[in-house]
Amino acid sequence: MSRPLPSPRGGRMMGNGKKAKDGKKTLKRLLSCIFKDYKLHFFVVLIFIIISALAGVAGSLFIETLIDDYITPMLGSASLDFAPLLRAILFMALIYASGVISIFLYNRIMVTVAQGVLKQIRDDMFTKMQTLPLRYFDSHSHGDTMSRYTNDTDTLRQMIAQSIPQAFSSVITIVSVFAAMLATSWVLTFLVLLFVAVMMTISRKITGKSSKFFIAQQKSLGEVNGFIEEMINGQKVIKVFCHEETTKSSFDKMNNELCSNATNANTFANILMPIMGNMGHLQYVLLAVVGGLLAINGITGITIGAIAAFLQLSKSFTMPINHMSQQINSIIMALAGAERIFELIDEEPEKDAGYVTLVNAEYKDGELCETEKRTGLWAWKHPHQDGSLTYTPLAGDVRLTDVDFGYVPEKTVLHDISLYAKPGQKIAFVGATGAGKTTITNLINRFYDIADGKIRYDGININKIKKSDLRKSLGVVLQDTNLFTGTVMENIRYGRLDATDEEVYAAARLANADGFIKMLPNGYNTILHHGGEGLSQGQRQLLAIARAAVSDPPVMILDEATSSIDTRTERIVQKGMDSLMKGRTVFVIAHRLSTIQNSDVIMVLENGRIIERGNHDELIAQKGKYYSLYTGAFELE
Amino acid sequence: MLKKLLACVGEYKKDSLFAPLFVTFEVILEVIIPFLMAYIIDSGIEKGNMSVVAKIGVVLVFLVLLSLCCGALSGKYAASASAGFAKNLRQKMFHSVQNFSFTNIDHFSASGLVTRLTTDVSNLQHAYQMIIRIAVRSPAMLIFSLSMAFFVNSKIALVFLGVTPFLAFGLFFIMSKAHPIFEKVFKIYDNLNNVVQENLHGIRVVKTFVREKFEEEKFKAVSKDIYNNFSRAEKLLAFNSPIMQTSMYTCTLLIAWFGAKLILSGDMSRGELVSIITYTMQILMSLMNLSMIFVMITISKASAVRICEVLSETTDIQDGEKNLMAVKDGSIVFENVNFSYSKSTASLCLKNINLKINSGETIGIIGPTGSAKSSLVQLIPRLYDVTSGKVLVGGENVRDYNIKALRDSVSMVLQKNELFSGTIKENLRWGDENATDEEIIHACRLAQADEFIQSFPDGYDTHIEQGGKNVSGGQKQRLCIARALLKKPKILILDDSTSAVDTQTDKLIRKAFAEEIPDTTKLIIAQRISSIEHADKVIVLENGEIVAFDTPKNLLENNEIYREIYESQQKGATCNE
Repeated sequence: MSRPLPSPRGGRMMGNGKKAKDGKKTLKRLLSCIFKDYKLHFFVVLIFIIISALAGVAGSLFIETLIDDYITPMLGSASLDFAPLLRAILFMALIYASGVISIFLYNRIMVTVAQGVLKQIRDDMFTKMQTLPLRYFDSHSHGDTMSRYTNDTDTLRQMIAQSIPQAFSSVITIVSVFAAMLATSWVLTFLVLLFVAVMMTISRKITGKSSKFFIAQQKSLGEVNGFIEEMINGQKVIKVFCHEETTKSSFDKMNNELCSNATNANTFANILMPIMGNMGHLQYVLLAVVGGLLAINGITGITIGAIAAFLQLSKSFTMPINHMSQQINSIIMALAGAERIFELIDEEPEKDAGYVTLVNAEYKDGELCETEKRTGLWAWKHPHQDGSLTYTPLAGDVRLTDVDFGYVPEKTVLHDISLYAKPGQKIAFVGATGAGKTTITNLINRFYDIADGKIRYDGININKIKKSDLRKSLGVVLQDTNLFTGTVMENIRYGRLDATDEEVYAAARLANADGFIKMLPNGYNTILHHGGEGLSQGQRQLLAIARAAVSDPPVMILDEATSSIDTRTERIVQKGMDSLMKGRTVFVIAHRLSTIQNSDVIMVLENGRIIERGNHDELIAQKGKYYSLYTGAFELE
Repeated sequence: MLKKLLACVGEYKKDSLFAPLFVTFEVILEVIIPFLMAYIIDSGIEKGNMSVVAKIGVVLVFLVLLSLCCGALSGKYAASASAGFAKNLRQKMFHSVQNFSFTNIDHFSASGLVTRLTTDVSNLQHAYQMIIRIAVRSPAMLIFSLSMAFFVNSKIALVFLGVTPFLAFGLFFIMSKAHPIFEKVFKIYDNLNNVVQENLHGIRVVKTFVREKFEEEKFKAVSKDIYNNFSRAEKLLAFNSPIMQTSMYTCTLLIAWFGAKLILSGDMSRGELVSIITYTMQILMSLMNLSMIFVMITISKASAVRICEVLSETTDIQDGEKNLMAVKDGSIVFENVNFSYSKSTASLCLKNINLKINSGETIGIIGPTGSAKSSLVQLIPRLYDVTSGKVLVGGENVRDYNIKALRDSVSMVLQKNELFSGTIKENLRWGDENATDEEIIHACRLAQADEFIQSFPDGYDTHIEQGGKNVSGGQKQRLCIARALLKKPKILILDDSTSAVDTQTDKLIRKAFAEEIPDTTKLIIAQRISSIEHADKVIVLENGEIVAFDTPKNLLENNEIYREIYESQQKGATCNE
């Protein structure tokens, strides 16, 4: 029995209509997922399913037995003794009761199993997602990953909670009914089998037709929805150009096509049920006639009571088969979803062979050593092969030597990059989109690993540093602020979870954000939604800066942090930025040359190479690319 | 609301009537069939009367085929009616969105409109199909089966009267308990999706702050919440089939007991007993389906409400009564104009604007973000209506023009501009459907777009992807300018339309304007002072008020805001904002 469980995404239930590549393997894995944690549940459920299925079969035979064994004999006899009849009914009530209780119990247990497995799968997916390298996120669309949490998990729920138990129950019913049928009459059984074969063929034909039309429907639905999205987003342009009528007529054309495809697809889906149901009736009539012929003419010794029983059995036989054939589509969809989920869970996680860790340190007798306390002084703890340990103070000295890199091996995007950032220096990168500015910063925090060359941090090869410790020592402010749902306080504290309220306030003041935060309805406890809805871009940026400030790292990476802010607002943000940069090694990427003018070194990048380097005055004197950018003769895109 | 939606059934009224009609026939046949089947057993097989078996058998086969046809027809009509209903809904909404004014569009937001036109329509399509077919089928089945049961044997049918309320009450109770939990579950689902979404978008932040574990805890808490609530709801639903089965079995047993007595007393035949049992199944199943339909319809109600919001929105900008078809020249006059985006005049966005611009002048508009520069120019092609005061174009109130005529003469390049999927040429022809290739190339030359278009392998036939993703920001802006030029407007408005274009090219565009379209009034909103320093006059806006309207030279001497912006931009060039 299907349950009225609406999907949270309503109309998008159809998924993407793709089939699983290896359905069998996926099914096996899914079953083993269930089996692994719920062995006992599984067996108990199996037993209850068997009981309920058998009770169902017994129930369907009950009336005939009642008529044949109790009522008919009494019809002839003179004395009316209802005791055996009552006993039979009570006995049947017992069987029914056990069936009902079994159904109830296995449904309840399956809820726990299905929800438990789904929770496990969701948690596994997310845990795995957190360990994936950045490459994964850059190469997979968010919507695609998202749908694994929504549509795919949803179809899976239906499969675990309904399709799998139903399949078991159907198989048991089919087998036991088949045995009963065979025992009653092999001739009629043969007839039923023949009929079932015909029904299956028809159902497969219709399903095949319907899935062809469904694909066509999905395609034109995709087209119409795509058109709607494009046009609605450009609606103001349409108005300005008085293009309404043209747009309407192209829409109508697509919409009509969708309508005819949808009609075809749904027609085939809709007629399946009446056809199957009436085929069942037809079989019933046929069996009655043939059985009647056999009984009346005394062939194969079948009795009238047996025919009545057989008719009922044949119904119980075709019903689960019909059920199953209706479920096939959703099972196929669920398997495709499961496969996509497992695909995510099987992704290769980010590798980390680093062993140098970042520890709190203090000087004892002039020697740097590790301590439990938070001293504000950090050191790299470096174990060596001979078992000795050395401690290097965290300073923020970054050197790249002859670095080559490509996102794909065939295409190198950075060539021969060498640079040297002393602690406290400000290094700027200038260049067109795609010149490789962000790529360099991606390498420093090891979002990607270099192909050739060396990167050293405080003299240590960064491949030896544990990634989490390396990243803790780097602060990043990006153009995209990515605030999280939660209070302003929580968002700033994201930089360092154990920061006290005082430290958060201090960071906010440093970033020049304190002023506007206090103006918010609930101050620091104002809850932000959707990445800071209601805040201006500049205010969001200030929060991101405060967030980086509270983590207090020796090295900062500012990637287009002020690009989406207008010049007036930038001036306010700039103050926050300047105080944040003080005393740190800073890598700045900016379009606005005014932002980077005071850098110690400016690197001009083109096609992955550093073509000019020096400070502002030197570069202006060179009269090269930087000069033409500065004077506005050149376009950066 | 219902009336509005029903109006969308339109030409599919016939199909919408046939679907329930045929489904009713199907139900009637399905109710008659068990009756005849009982008859076959009673009078045919049991009595050994082969002719009855054959006769009734033939009738039955005929009825079954008829029922099959009715079922199939109702399926077909339901499919076409619901697909047609969805088509009309979509069309009606899309058309009414096309007639929306900017105010209407702002009211809904683009993504809100897209959801209404896509997901919500699909939801209603399913609901509609269900209503005209399944929602007719179940009650019909209930009524006919019940009456057949009474017809066959009214005494025994009384059993239903006892059991049916029990089932109905039980199902209703479960649904009413479970439904709010499901609503809650969907809200938590949104939270879960939000966490995933935030992590997908902010993965760089998560990783740089090494917050993977922290996010995991966050996710697991929500995931646990879903587990708990969903389990609660599902455990309630787990009562559904036992209740259903209990009712069915109780009926069966009661019928068996009383039936046996009735048979023995000669008040009922054995075949009738069998058929009553079949009716039992049908009655209880239809009750079960009814409770499902009830829930599904409640859920789609939200979609219906959202769609009706669009359908009942009336556009507030219509052609003027005078319906003037021609704009005389490019002069613009603002008389005491106040403007507010919302109907309430409490927060005015433009205050007491008085302006007089002569035809053919080049006017710069400058001011900090939020000073209502865009709002000011959007009143000229009547994208919004003034709250009070008057805007005159070519000496006539903008409200007196035919809208198309006005907007064809006032060409505007919006700040947030869009290209559409199609070739460059197709995109440009939005400006003038009948533009010749020469005209297109000429416009592109003026907008300094010809050069880069020619450098594409396919030139003017280069395919532009949705939203113009495959051209750079500066290229997109120049294409949008060319498109606006093709209208050959009397007034050309550029709303920060060259921000991504380098200063050199920007200069060339302005030069081309001055030389090639001297008679066109040009209004240029810019962040960059260099874009407007050669204008005839510059409007300086602040907080929705005109602070100054003078020549650039005078402004530099007398206006503090202008001078401040001017100086801040002399220090370092802005490459790309």
